[in-house]
Amino acid sequence: MKRFAALFTALDQTTKTTLKVDALASYFAEAPEHDKLWTIALLSGRRPKRTVIATRLREWAADRAGLPLWLFEECYPIVGDLAETIALILPDAARDTDQTLTHWIDEIRALAGLEDDEKRARILDIWDQLPKTERFVFNKLITGGFRMGVSQKLMTRALSRATGIDEPDLAHRLMGDWHPDTTSFESLILTHDPEADLSKPYPFYLAYQLDGGPETLETPPADWAAERKWDGIRGQLILRGANHYLWSRGEELMTDRFPELARLIDHVPPGTVIDGEVLAWRDERPLPFNALQKRIGRKTVPKKLLTEAPVILYAYDLLEWQGTDIRARPFAERRDLLEQIAKSVPDAMPMRVSPLVRFDDWEQLAEARDASRDHASEGIMLKRRDSPYRDGRKKGDWWKWKVDPLTIDAVMIYAQQGHGRRANLFTDFTFAVWDGDALVPFTKAYSGLTDAEFRKITAWVRKNTLERYGPVRQVRPEHVFEIAFEGIQESPRHKSGVALRFPRMSRWRQDKPLSEANTLADLKDMLAAYG
Amino acid sequence: MADPLLSFTDRGIYCARGDFYIDPWRPVDRALITHGHADHSRPGMGRYLATDAAAPVMRHRLGDIAIDTVRYGETRDVGGVEVSFHPAGHVPGSAQIRVAHRGEVWVVSGDYKVSPDGLSEPFEPVACHAFITECTFGLPVFKWAPEADVRADLNAWWRKNAADGKTSIIGAYALGKAQRLLTSVDPDIGPILTHGAVENTNAVMRAQGISLPDTIRVTPDTDLKSIKGALVVATPSALGTPWARRFGRSSTAFASGWMALRGVRRRRAADRGFVISDHADWDGLNTAIRETGAERIFVTHGYTSIFRRWLEDQGYDAAIVETEYEGESLDRDEPEDAA
Repeated sequence: MKRFAALFTALDQTTKTTLKVDALASYFAEAPEHDKLWTIALLSGRRPKRTVIATRLREWAADRAGLPLWLFEECYPIVGDLAETIALILPDAARDTDQTLTHWIDEIRALAGLEDDEKRARILDIWDQLPKTERFVFNKLITGGFRMGVSQKLMTRALSRATGIDEPDLAHRLMGDWHPDTTSFESLILTHDPEADLSKPYPFYLAYQLDGGPETLETPPADWAAERKWDGIRGQLILRGANHYLWSRGEELMTDRFPELARLIDHVPPGTVIDGEVLAWRDERPLPFNALQKRIGRKTVPKKLLTEAPVILYAYDLLEWQGTDIRARPFAERRDLLEQIAKSVPDAMPMRVSPLVRFDDWEQLAEARDASRDHASEGIMLKRRDSPYRDGRKKGDWWKWKVDPLTIDAVMIYAQQGHGRRANLFTDFTFAVWDGDALVPFTKAYSGLTDAEFRKITAWVRKNTLERYGPVRQVRPEHVFEIAFEGIQESPRHKSGVALRFPRMSRWRQDKPLSEANTLADLKDMLAAYG
Repeated sequence: MADPLLSFTDRGIYCARGDFYIDPWRPVDRALITHGHADHSRPGMGRYLATDAAAPVMRHRLGDIAIDTVRYGETRDVGGVEVSFHPAGHVPGSAQIRVAHRGEVWVVSGDYKVSPDGLSEPFEPVACHAFITECTFGLPVFKWAPEADVRADLNAWWRKNAADGKTSIIGAYALGKAQRLLTSVDPDIGPILTHGAVENTNAVMRAQGISLPDTIRVTPDTDLKSIKGALVVATPSALGTPWARRFGRSSTAFASGWMALRGVRRRRAADRGFVISDHADWDGLNTAIRETGAERIFVTHGYTSIFRRWLEDQGYDAAIVETEYEGESLDRDEPEDAA
């Protein structure tokens, strides 16, 4: 695993994409075949099944290091990574064994079904033969949380350089439901025929944020189509043969989570692939995101939930038509074909086509965008009428023009140290609004400040702590921050009675005195208007 | 019970019997100073007392101060209380301060490091009843590699960059860490350049007889094109600025104990992080505390609540005291680091 650990270190030590691609490409040129396949699997989110629960690993590591478990538990959030915490506290290895990545993954999988005592003995033995980085990598594999700071896009680029196969073609080969056990580098990458696999999705095309408004686009309004941007789950519905498959953007198969979509088989012909948004839907309107949230993460859906939060596919693009990949055709043409297909889908079926927003000039579009919240939408999507359906996040043809967030000015009252990347800074804060003379906490926020601002507030927190509650410090109410958020909902679980969606610190209002922070009444007004 | 020999006030650690403070953070008449870092050695004190090796840097930083100096191990009477300074191994001249009165002994350790670094006077354990300790790295995840390994890594990095035609730029505190790096690297690899703030401290140390390799101060006139494969020792705040971009193709690194954590390493976005600290690691703290033979331990800065609980588990009478010491901060600059 030294070669893989060296790759890991090389990727970890740089933020430059060219160096990352270089490191990966040379790895793909040198590593054993099956290690390459596992590396691709790991970098695309496929990992060996967990065979040991994390609690046991923590106990064994603490025990091996001669430390009480509570101390391990205190270290873990500060380090921010279980695999790393274990690697750091263990005594140095006595031996140094070099085996392939595949060997260690096989070792991990061989633990399945063993008794805890036997697992413990094997893992302690493995820890004792791996030097630091390899031990960390091994822990990453066994805890199942492998991320190496490399996007699938970069990995595909490196693989393309090592194999000479085009990137889009490779991206498609790597999609879908494959596993290192059931394929080889040869058949997946070198000779693979994507058409052979009926469930295989296309790579999703992702939009860029339009920061400067549509006036900054290089072509006139007539070149663009607009839709509303929906706050649901991006999904790709595949109808091929007699089956249907629903894929998430993270390439997770979600078919069973949304069983209502199965009814579409009777109305949409096989050989069709639709891109759209899965939305909780009632009375011809999207339900708030938290209705959909109840459906996420549930592998099987109880009947009650199916009636409480029924979903539809809000379709906006057609990628395959009559069994043919039509991604290269212009958006306008794909959209026409999509509408044709939708015509034969009855209203009672869980599918709609996301309507186009008509506009003649950017001003009209800006007005439509201002009305986004009335449509339970997050803003406007702009798509160039003559553009192909690309893969990954590519600038130029699709833009998201999100509505400005809601904001409220709030007082910081609690602070907590961050972990992982931000271990020695105070980064996690609780904010409050006035209710008479009292400050009522209503949200936490972790992001939005610059590194310099986090450093400044960290120094301030250290000197202005009133009380400590474990890791949490109550601080002197003094600083006002503008909190930006995307939505507000009633929540009986919170003291303030509201819950925010995506709260973050948008500005440090050093110009505002404490007394001018917003009130609970202001928050309730926002709930009435936007909740 | 009589009042304790040392107490903790909003100005700093105070000895009422001798009427003096140790490393105070607000102006007082009489201050005993453990070492020259800005969070321990502050301006505005009436009189200062420090080791003769710490005094030159303090004068350099604080200007015209009334300072009296002592040798390590030398005993002084301050207001009827016996005080002496003992090597802390943190930076050159750094000391633990021993305070004794009628058989009761307290030691204020300031910042310290147990393993020798080849530059600072090596740490010496001092027996006491009560020990006031930092715990900047008071978690068992912090374990420093042997000095020889760190030096080998550092030199390998520099050598490889030089071979690739890159400049090696490393960020380190101007006082202590920078000079420790200078004495750790192999000067045969290439020329060593320094940031002005580092070079100012170098000059102070050379003048007091500390031997450092030859260095070249970077000025706006320095002809960087003619200097190949150099190591640049800079202040942490200089990294990523136009000043650092002058060197063209380069590899950047930080030297800090925090570099032991991958998350912190990644946040700093340097090419390399070398785990080099002037503070004791987990084993160092535990060894130091054990060797004092003290029963009462006060923890001042760092992971205080966790470390206190650990000490209690080990049978010590341990308490946390709030201070304004900052330990090894990646995000704070020494006053002249920005210069």
